[in-house]
Amino acid sequence: MGGFFWVAGAVAGRQIYKYFGNPAFLAPALFPLFFFVAFAGGLTRVGDVPGFDYSAGYIAFQYVWALLQAVAMGGAFTGFSIAGDFENGFARRLLLAASNRSGIILGYMIASLARVTITGALVTAIALIAGIPISGGYDLFGLIGLAVLVNVAATLFGAGVAMLMRTQQAGPVIRTPIFLVLFLAPVFVPLNLLRGWIEAAARLNPFTTILDAARGFLAGEPTNVLPAYAIGLALALTFALWALFGLRSAEKAG
Amino acid sequence: MGRKGGIEVEDLVREFRKGPRAVDGISLRVEPGEVYGFLGPNGAGKSTTVLMLTTLLPPTSGTARVAGYDIVKEGPQVRASIGAALQEAALDPFLTGRDHLRLQGALHGLPRAERRKRGDELLERVGLSEAADRRVRGYSGGMKRRLDLALALVHRPSILFLDEPTTGLDPQSRSALWGEVSRLARENGVTVFLTTQYLEEADVLADRVGIIDQGRIVAEDTPEALKAEIGRPSVEATPMNPEERDAVARALGRFGEEIPAQPGAVAVRLNHGAGDLADVVRALDAEGLKVSNLRLDEPSLNDVFLEKTGRSLEGAGEGEPKAEAAQT
Amino acid sequence: MGSSLLVQVAALARRSVLRTVRQPAVMISALLFPMMFFSINAYGLDAAARIPGFPADSYLDFAFAFPLIQASLFGAITAGADLARDIESGFFDRLSLTPMRPVSLLLGMLAGIVALGLLQGVVFLAVGTLMGVDVSSGFFGMVVIVFFTVLVALGFGGIGAILALRTGSVEAVESAFPLFFVAIFMSSINLPRDLIEADWFRIVATINPISYLVEGIRSLVITGWDAQALTLGFGCAAGIVVVALGGAAASLRTRAT
Repeated sequence: MGGFFWVAGAVAGRQIYKYFGNPAFLAPALFPLFFFVAFAGGLTRVGDVPGFDYSAGYIAFQYVWALLQAVAMGGAFTGFSIAGDFENGFARRLLLAASNRSGIILGYMIASLARVTITGALVTAIALIAGIPISGGYDLFGLIGLAVLVNVAATLFGAGVAMLMRTQQAGPVIRTPIFLVLFLAPVFVPLNLLRGWIEAAARLNPFTTILDAARGFLAGEPTNVLPAYAIGLALALTFALWALFGLRSAEKAG
Repeated sequence: MGRKGGIEVEDLVREFRKGPRAVDGISLRVEPGEVYGFLGPNGAGKSTTVLMLTTLLPPTSGTARVAGYDIVKEGPQVRASIGAALQEAALDPFLTGRDHLRLQGALHGLPRAERRKRGDELLERVGLSEAADRRVRGYSGGMKRRLDLALALVHRPSILFLDEPTTGLDPQSRSALWGEVSRLARENGVTVFLTTQYLEEADVLADRVGIIDQGRIVAEDTPEALKAEIGRPSVEATPMNPEERDAVARALGRFGEEIPAQPGAVAVRLNHGAGDLADVVRALDAEGLKVSNLRLDEPSLNDVFLEKTGRSLEGAGEGEPKAEAAQT
Repeated sequence: MGSSLLVQVAALARRSVLRTVRQPAVMISALLFPMMFFSINAYGLDAAARIPGFPADSYLDFAFAFPLIQASLFGAITAGADLARDIESGFFDRLSLTPMRPVSLLLGMLAGIVALGLLQGVVFLAVGTLMGVDVSSGFFGMVVIVFFTVLVALGFGGIGAILALRTGSVEAVESAFPLFFVAIFMSSINLPRDLIEADWFRIVATINPISYLVEGIRSLVITGWDAQALTLGFGCAAGIVVVALGGAAASLRTRAT
């Protein structure tokens, strides 16, 4: 077991060192920030639609989605990074050197969490400037907990794809499903105001429950907490197995 | 020189903003119908010279006339008279071989019917008829080079510029390209200006060779004359019995003066060239001397380069100046 | 010696079109993604039609300008990247060795953009109509919409060409994409300007020429024939085209000498 954590620490250390040596580590935050500014700035009147009754206001409504988008994209970018490591041969060296290869996955996960701490803080800072309410206590930690689960799930998903494909072609394969999951959800209005095919898609989308609960935490009105956490944990577990599957495939390929 | 198919270059210079002069005052003359080999290591200035002569890069100073037209003042006329296959086989991966020829023909003003005919003719000539309707992205390096050559010939130019045409090709493709270049010169009277870093290529193809190093021409003549200038061939014999070394030296001494050799071996420079080899063997045999190794060494263009520059041609270059890539 | 300008442009336009058609991924992206975003956007924001003062009965009609503008942008970046690739790969040099007039290359590239823009306009209108978009200005309005889309594509295409000719780098051209994307969103693409609450955003949207392009197309869908919106829209589009193509021609002169 010592090998597992040691390897994880080494991989995480190297990734984190790579991140903070290059301002591009903030890249996963850029699109979420942009969407936040565009939607929170341009669509505030949507909060006036009859039936829109989110007490924290439209800016906060958009902030939660931007935050979860940022942490999810952080996971995706970690996947891109892993794919890049395979393409340039570094991953092979890792696999050869690591005493416990599963530790590699944990290492990438830790690094991803470290990154999204910064990118998430950046998005939050911008949102605070824009005027979201600050609530402390369990609600804040509840929100952070969900964000962590989303990041972990996205990282493990990306890692699995990257290790299966082992080339930069993994990029679109990682990005597109995450993108779809993020957008086929109550992005602009709550679920009760959606109509048509997008309502159906959002209802089926597990991310919707997580998003809903996260927004509830921010507004100080927790809702769907247990289902959201259950879904988050289930996704994390499922993708952990997926990542391990990818790892085994990479090992076999040599 | 008549307007038709020659090249005259006088003190051509090309400087870039940073770095040394890529071309430092070269002068040369290529007669119509001649194959001129421009030989030098990476970074010598070969490609820069070709870019200037094909009007893609203006010279810093000096003059040149290609097909009788000034490269600076009469660019369009120069371009109409030349074909060029440059260092990168610059092709569009989504077009087929036939599409490329058709486009080239259209741009050169060939009427539609002639475009098709000329395209078919050239595809046949370079051996790409079967692959003509496949997209270039599926072509091998050799096929791309051949298409490149075909494109350069669409408008029947009188002068052809080939910039390292066989770099990266397998021996078979290289041979095929050499054959085609020779045929063009011999049968069609095309003047060929060929740059290369391969000694063999210059030796085999060129009527005359100009050796360029660090932007200057260090030697220029036919390959045979250049090599003869360096010296005659030598023979080196390694006696099977080391104690017979002196006897071998005496036997060989009749054929020329002794020169430095490998430890334990004897080498002499043959007074009458490679023709003496048979006599050397007979002489050794007559003395009852056995040798474990007998080797004939002829000077190569590399020896010429070594003599003129103090460096070996192979592995001598550093790559064309970075500024050359930024000809923006 | 050389061929006429028309022959050259035709040959290069043919090449542009062939290249696009032979990359199914590009074709699919060009047609599918804008429609996908439109669908997500339009249905996701359907409730916005109930904002007091909203100018249309359905958000679907309101948002129909989005895929057209977005598609023009993608087309321009793709064409610009292709031109940059020609420069990077040396294909531009190859063409320069022929009697090709440099402007033919630009016109050929733009012809490709026009062809794709036409196709996108027609396809989007067809799909939009099937989805339920109701074009108030009728069939003739649809024709004008397609024409407008092509004009916008030309304008963006000119900008793409400038980037390609000035930088000669595919990466530089593609990195402009996020900037264009931001410019599209910082406009009245999602809500009419008078319903944008944040002052700073409304000011940006008012200055942003893309707002007028969007509003021009939108007026043909939700209003019918709105002289002011159409004048401003076409005026902006024409202005962008003139500036962009002028810039591209100047950049071409610099590159070709």
